[in-house]
Amino acid sequence: MPVSVENSKVLYSALKASGVRLVSALPETWLVHLIQMAEDDPEMTLVRLNKEEEGVGVSCGAHFAGVKSAMLMQNHGFLASVNGIVSLAQLYRIPLLMLISYRGEMGERDPWQTEGGLATEPLLKSLGIPYRKLADPARVARDLAHAQTLAESSLRPVALLLTRDLMWEE
Amino acid sequence: MLRIDALNAIYPLLKDRIVVTNMGAAAVELYSLGHRKSFFYMEHAMGLASSVGLGLALCLPKQRIVVVDGDGSVLMNLGTLSTLARYRPPNLVHLIFDNESLLSVGGFPTATSTGTDLEAVAKGAGIERTATVREVEELEGVFSEAMAGEELSAIVAKVDAVGPASFAMDVGLLENRFEFARHIKELQGAEV
Repeated sequence: MPVSVENSKVLYSALKASGVRLVSALPETWLVHLIQMAEDDPEMTLVRLNKEEEGVGVSCGAHFAGVKSAMLMQNHGFLASVNGIVSLAQLYRIPLLMLISYRGEMGERDPWQTEGGLATEPLLKSLGIPYRKLADPARVARDLAHAQTLAESSLRPVALLLTRDLMWEE
Repeated sequence: MLRIDALNAIYPLLKDRIVVTNMGAAAVELYSLGHRKSFFYMEHAMGLASSVGLGLALCLPKQRIVVVDGDGSVLMNLGTLSTLARYRPPNLVHLIFDNESLLSVGGFPTATSTGTDLEAVAKGAGIERTATVREVEELEGVFSEAMAGEELSAIVAKVDAVGPASFAMDVGLLENRFEFARHIKELQGAEV
């Protein structure tokens, strides 16, 4: 499977370095290594979800308990989480670090991913969620740390889009 | 059984605990019995009260967490029951008031009015300790056992579709949220 193990490691190290100790996740191809790393790490609490929106609630509870968390999901999972993001994270000012695999972008071969790809950035913009696209592994640690810092200081959702360039090796 | 009577009966067991409620009548009624800094009334995001409870329970293993939920909210996020069962935090009690109605928005019948049995769903999802109660005394017994136990439990309390006269609460959403978070921080300070 040509999902980049190296760049998954870079992302996971950045998550750990930014203090994240709980991740919620729903499996998706590009995220398999990241989720496995969380599973294998005794310092990390991994919560496998049935639907991504549950993760907004789990992150909210973790925040109240003083634990930094992140959500790992595909962009379609982001689409499925919108009410939780708006009515819990934004309404109640909960920091939410969202790592979103950006399917349906340039180079996508799966026809079923393409509509979600088109909707992702316009939706992030319309919700007022700051986001950054991660493509260069050399920038991942800094961008992730910055996103985590902004989520905590603004008490709002912040998104990082994990692009094909970062996650996929052809 | 009226939900307000049920809440009144278990209030002594709730007042010093971390409690997360769903939106609407249950929040207002618990508030009317006496607000506590340890109560978080999640006034929206239907279905996520139990997910918030899961996050709290996993991150605060020394604290007992109570989620006060409703049939409409649980039906909106049924997958939460199997996520709870998967991690089965022993410090979480999920109390579901089932009035078979979306009372807060005008009393539309939910699927529990046409046969969906939430206790059976919870059990089928993998939660081993479950109960359905119909009387206040019965709830008191089952709830106090669950609170004393070391096992995830789901209690379905069948109640009449009767709510409070007013939904007004004199506590702001953000006021409640920050007070609740600060209370937990203080609890953690006391633990150390």
